[in-house]
Amino acid sequence: MNIPLSITKNIHDWLFNIMPESVANIVEMALIGLVYLAIFAILGLFLVLLERRVAAWFQLRIGPNRVGYQGLLQTMADALKLLSKELTGTVKADKFLYNLSPYFVIISSLMALAVIPFTREFQAFDINIGIFFLIAVSSIGVIGILLGGWASNNKFALIGAMRSGVQTISYELSIGLSLLTMILITGSLQLSEIIEVQKNGWLIVQGHIPAIIAFMIYMISGTAETNRAPFDMVEAESELGAGFHTEYSGMKFAYFFLAEFINMFLIAAIATTIFFGGWLSPFGITESIPWLGVFWFLGKTFILVFLIMWFRWTFPRLRVDQLLTLEWKYLLPINLVNIVIMALIVWLNLTIKI
Amino acid sequence: MGTTTVNNNFKSEEYFINMGPQHPATHGVLRLLLTIDGEIIKKVEPDLGYIHRSIEKMCERDSYQQIVHLTDRMDYLSSNINNEAVCLAVENALEIEVPDRVKVIRTIIGELTRIASHCLWWGVMGMDVGALTTYFYGFRDREMINDIFEETCGARLTMNYNVPGGLMFDIHPNFVKRVKDFIAHFKTKIPEYDRLLTGNIIFQKRMKGVGILTKEDAISYGASGPVARGSGYSCDVRKYHPYSALDKVTFNEVLKTEGDSFARYQVRIQELWESLSIIEQLIDNIPEGEHRVETKAVIKLPKGEFYQRVETARGELGVYIISTGTKNPYRLKFRSPGFSNLSLLNHITVGGKIGDLVATMATIDLVIPDIDR
Repeated sequence: MNIPLSITKNIHDWLFNIMPESVANIVEMALIGLVYLAIFAILGLFLVLLERRVAAWFQLRIGPNRVGYQGLLQTMADALKLLSKELTGTVKADKFLYNLSPYFVIISSLMALAVIPFTREFQAFDINIGIFFLIAVSSIGVIGILLGGWASNNKFALIGAMRSGVQTISYELSIGLSLLTMILITGSLQLSEIIEVQKNGWLIVQGHIPAIIAFMIYMISGTAETNRAPFDMVEAESELGAGFHTEYSGMKFAYFFLAEFINMFLIAAIATTIFFGGWLSPFGITESIPWLGVFWFLGKTFILVFLIMWFRWTFPRLRVDQLLTLEWKYLLPINLVNIVIMALIVWLNLTIKI
Repeated sequence: MGTTTVNNNFKSEEYFINMGPQHPATHGVLRLLLTIDGEIIKKVEPDLGYIHRSIEKMCERDSYQQIVHLTDRMDYLSSNINNEAVCLAVENALEIEVPDRVKVIRTIIGELTRIASHCLWWGVMGMDVGALTTYFYGFRDREMINDIFEETCGARLTMNYNVPGGLMFDIHPNFVKRVKDFIAHFKTKIPEYDRLLTGNIIFQKRMKGVGILTKEDAISYGASGPVARGSGYSCDVRKYHPYSALDKVTFNEVLKTEGDSFARYQVRIQELWESLSIIEQLIDNIPEGEHRVETKAVIKLPKGEFYQRVETARGELGVYIISTGTKNPYRLKFRSPGFSNLSLLNHITVGGKIGDLVATMATIDLVIPDIDR
């Protein structure tokens, strides 16, 4: 792992100086793991707060603004409360699976976070199958939801889990295909290379019409993938109580809850990386200062996060059959045609390069 | 558990699920015993009685003035209209002619109550289909009405403003101004409701063609109010048996013929406009006069049977009193709109999905204490 900031470079050199290479590697991995856990926690807590403030803004309310400056510590307090709560469960629950499932959900989002390029070379690993890895890893999360719903021994949870299975399997196709459309331009699955290509213009500009279609499909199916409204069939609190996490309490519930927010961030972050140039600044205005890339990346991502929140607080929920109709009868055929169009555009060299 | 064979290869099994008495979509303590096959509803059995307080039996014990207070707790969202029903029944039995001022104020407050009730329904309706923001919009406007009520009679929800013979107090001096302010405010807000929810494509897809109730079924199940009018059954008590000042105003009975959830939804939204128009016609010329006719301290109804019907926000509320000439009714029966409307839930939701059940139940606009009494 290469890190642009000299402080991390120094730590890296220092570690390798004072201990043998194998030990230093393990220590470094552990450190990186800790850093990512911290990012995960802070990001999750911040996103929960952001969601609540955005919701309040949409709903003629003020939102949490008492704990800390403008409520910044509110979610910390909530997390403390959840930590101190009793972990309850149903008597006939399958205890092993019941306890296991929150970790599936949280590990999948944590693993996906590792390949997200925050700025040049600020990425835990830059593997050559980046996009493929993201899609593969993020679909592990559904196993957690399915197991959780199944093991809770609650019919509402079971319905929620089954809905989740149906929904995630369907919309994964659209996510994969819409990203594949963009891969046709870049010719690489590696995230850093995808961003390099975008120095000639963001992919949404380069791929113009099919890229915009792909982006719209991506955002729709990404929202569905994270089980957020208008696709929150899995929780559907007016139908199923709380869906798959009905029987979870305390920190186990918080894991599901945090993972949902991190997944939302991941969906927005992937969209930023693939469609909007990742950490690249518009027209390369801050290219000489690489660490500013973090701000560009987070800025673009949070605009998309806001978009997803906007969906949630204005749209009603779809019905489960309408959800499947939307995917299988509309998004998937459009997507398949879109890939062919994109292939033609790339083949005929009709992409727009700035 | 029944087993349905879908085809030779796949068997699906029906199972039971308890929706309620603690469930977000049942708006209180209604318990639905659902028989479902996967997501498809096979049977809905409402199980009542979780908030039964024997109001009708308590009425046999209480004096007529006291009965008025009990009716607040039935359909708490149209509490003032419930009060009015009992007062009208008693006044008709005693042949008291209440002053015009009382009639007009009762009608205005009744229509304000209807608007408040529909606002709450609209907010909760949105929540049931998953749009959480509507709740706050509906409550913003309902709050203004509650403030007006609070100023006039001190209570916001269970008002007890009517007494046999008139009103407990005269209206507050600010009442007329504040109602006018509210009308001006609310006229800009109903289009906002439409922009937020009615026009939404997802919402329309969820509502149109779902939970279809034919006119014949509406009549045979005894449906009333917006539920029946959404199926084209003209049944507005305000039109057919006008009470208080409703014979002095002109308004349209909103009718839709589709009979689906969206028709019921539209009827209620249109009724908001009609209620506003009724208030507008009356608010500028509230006649001067007494706010109450003095009745005897102990009201004794003559021997006989008396029936009074009013249109609450949910439909027709009937008050049926059998009197033996004493200070208490011998028997008192409320014909509540919610009970009849609930009875058709199974009929219109079978075959739909769980999501449809919730959405359809929202368009029936159930208030559980009204059903259980």
